[in-house]
Amino acid sequence: MGMTLTEKILARHAGLDRVEPGQIINANVDLVLANELSAAVAIGVMKQIKGADRVFDKSKIALVEDHFVPAKDPQSAKIAKLMKDFAVEQEIEHFFDVGRGGIEHVVLPEEGLVAPGELIVGGDSHTCTYGALGAFATGMGSTDIAAAFVLGEVWIKVPSSIKIVYDGPLGDMVFAKDVMLKTVGTLGIDGATYRAIEYHGSTVDALSITGRITMANMAIEAGAKNGIFHADAKAIAFVKERTDRPFVVESADPDAVYERIVRIDVGSLEPQVACPHTPDNVHGISDVTRDDIWLDQVFIGSCTNGYIEDLREVAKILDGKKIASRLRVIVNPGSQKVWMQAATEGILTTLAQAGCVVNTPGCGACFGGHMGTLGEGERCLSTTNRNYVGRMGSPTAEVYLASPATCAASALTGKITDPRVVALAHA
Amino acid sequence: MASNVLRGHAHTYGKNVDTDVIIPGKYCNIVDPAELGKHALEGIDADYTARMKPGDIIVADSNLGCGSSREVAPIAIKGSGTAAVIASSFARIFYRNALNIGLPIFESPEAVAGIAAGDEIEVEPATGIVRNLTKGTQYQAAAFPPFMQALIDTGGLLPYVERRLAERAAAN
Ligand code: SF4
Repeated sequence: MGMTLTEKILARHAGLDRVEPGQIINANVDLVLANELSAAVAIGVMKQIKGADRVFDKSKIALVEDHFVPAKDPQSAKIAKLMKDFAVEQEIEHFFDVGRGGIEHVVLPEEGLVAPGELIVGGDSHTCTYGALGAFATGMGSTDIAAAFVLGEVWIKVPSSIKIVYDGPLGDMVFAKDVMLKTVGTLGIDGATYRAIEYHGSTVDALSITGRITMANMAIEAGAKNGIFHADAKAIAFVKERTDRPFVVESADPDAVYERIVRIDVGSLEPQVACPHTPDNVHGISDVTRDDIWLDQVFIGSCTNGYIEDLREVAKILDGKKIASRLRVIVNPGSQKVWMQAATEGILTTLAQAGCVVNTPGCGACFGGHMGTLGEGERCLSTTNRNYVGRMGSPTAEVYLASPATCAASALTGKITDPRVVALAHA
Repeated sequence: MASNVLRGHAHTYGKNVDTDVIIPGKYCNIVDPAELGKHALEGIDADYTARMKPGDIIVADSNLGCGSSREVAPIAIKGSGTAAVIASSFARIFYRNALNIGLPIFESPEAVAGIAAGDEIEVEPATGIVRNLTKGTQYQAAAFPPFMQALIDTGGLLPYVERRLAERAAAN
């Protein structure tokens, strides 16, 4: 009986020939990630562990300041400093302060810290993003991260895998984000809990690495432990441009056993929108735009859609136009590198001229921390990954999720708008 | 732990109580458990901490703790003085975090279905027996997998890490 891609990677990291779903293993990790929120708690936990003065390997830990940067208040400054001091004391090689980093999940692939076949754990639920490059990656809480800092290993219950096969070409103004929203809507927010999602099919083979990142990122929105793609030539080239560290490309066996196989035909898929207040409350744009859904804010950014490709798409739609009056449009490029690339290409100017505000790279408004927190009764359309009650601020605010193109089209009209209509108007 | 019977009144919630409502993002820069506890469940039930008494029990439907991996979610619940959480099911990261920080959690869809807000509940952590004292009913929560039960019995993840470190030192 063969193994899935996830099982292959876990077996190798546990030094075993094979593993079975449900089995509990001790696996070696290639990288441990934390941001200032998870690190603040993890560092405190590590101090309580007797005999644990040093991290297991200072080259295998990444610390990224991204959630409340630049510090929004003294308390945020305190935890940012706590992580920075820890990085200095432990001589952590991959420490990214504001100005040199950005959102952790944008930064790590960009810096060559993620490679196929690797096992990565992070103190953030969207650590599953790195499955885009064929790594097993999963989010954990701070105590588990503290243990991983010290031991360089974690205990993992081997998940069973759900294989999702996507076929068909993407229609006009339909993107990886729409495909993934459709997936979360199909599976439900606990549809893949304790499981791995393995992405297959002609649609995902044709996707860019950024598109795959968007999809792997939202595996957790279906409750999954990890989401993973096979590393093809495109993925390998992406990684080799960024690191010369050796890595092992794994693939699922032809006779691998899946808990279930889901087929999603995307040929006729239209742009998708997740309506309040769960990411699986997903509807086609034609349904959603039947009513006028007026907006107070549009947010473009996050580890789901804060990449240069996303900003290019937005700039293409906003170029030479003005955003609707009484609407704010907030853009947070995902990383310093994305910001610089957008500057070089003139995208930041295009966005500013249209009336958007461009913020510092970082999480920004995504989790209601700062730089765009929603007030009572406000409504936001966002390229982010979650729309739970209170996610972006007030519990009475409403958050809708969509692709950058849908967000840009809606920015022009002030209400949720089908980007295909705007594209037609352009033609 | 064995004789540590927990007893308190139930506060009931629905499905998919996510970590954003358990402790909203704006409080995630707080580290102190007592301070976090003042905001427990604020996103879904702003009066929770005013209404609850130490020892009370949160009872919720499926997928409790979905969303963000923030460990401050179970820490806030524990910090509020809540004694335990009973749910039909838990999201993966929350489940692990709760065990790691020593927040007693119990999985039992039957118990959740049989408990109304305000009922007096008794839980025996050692056996997973949940009693609804108000209604005179009794339920058996799902057993933890043996590995996790062993972690709980030895006091959580930290003693486990210390043991692993000692094993390594001995092997060298
Ligand atoms: S951008 Fe949003 S989802 Fe991504 S790491 Fe930051 S807060 Fe989390």
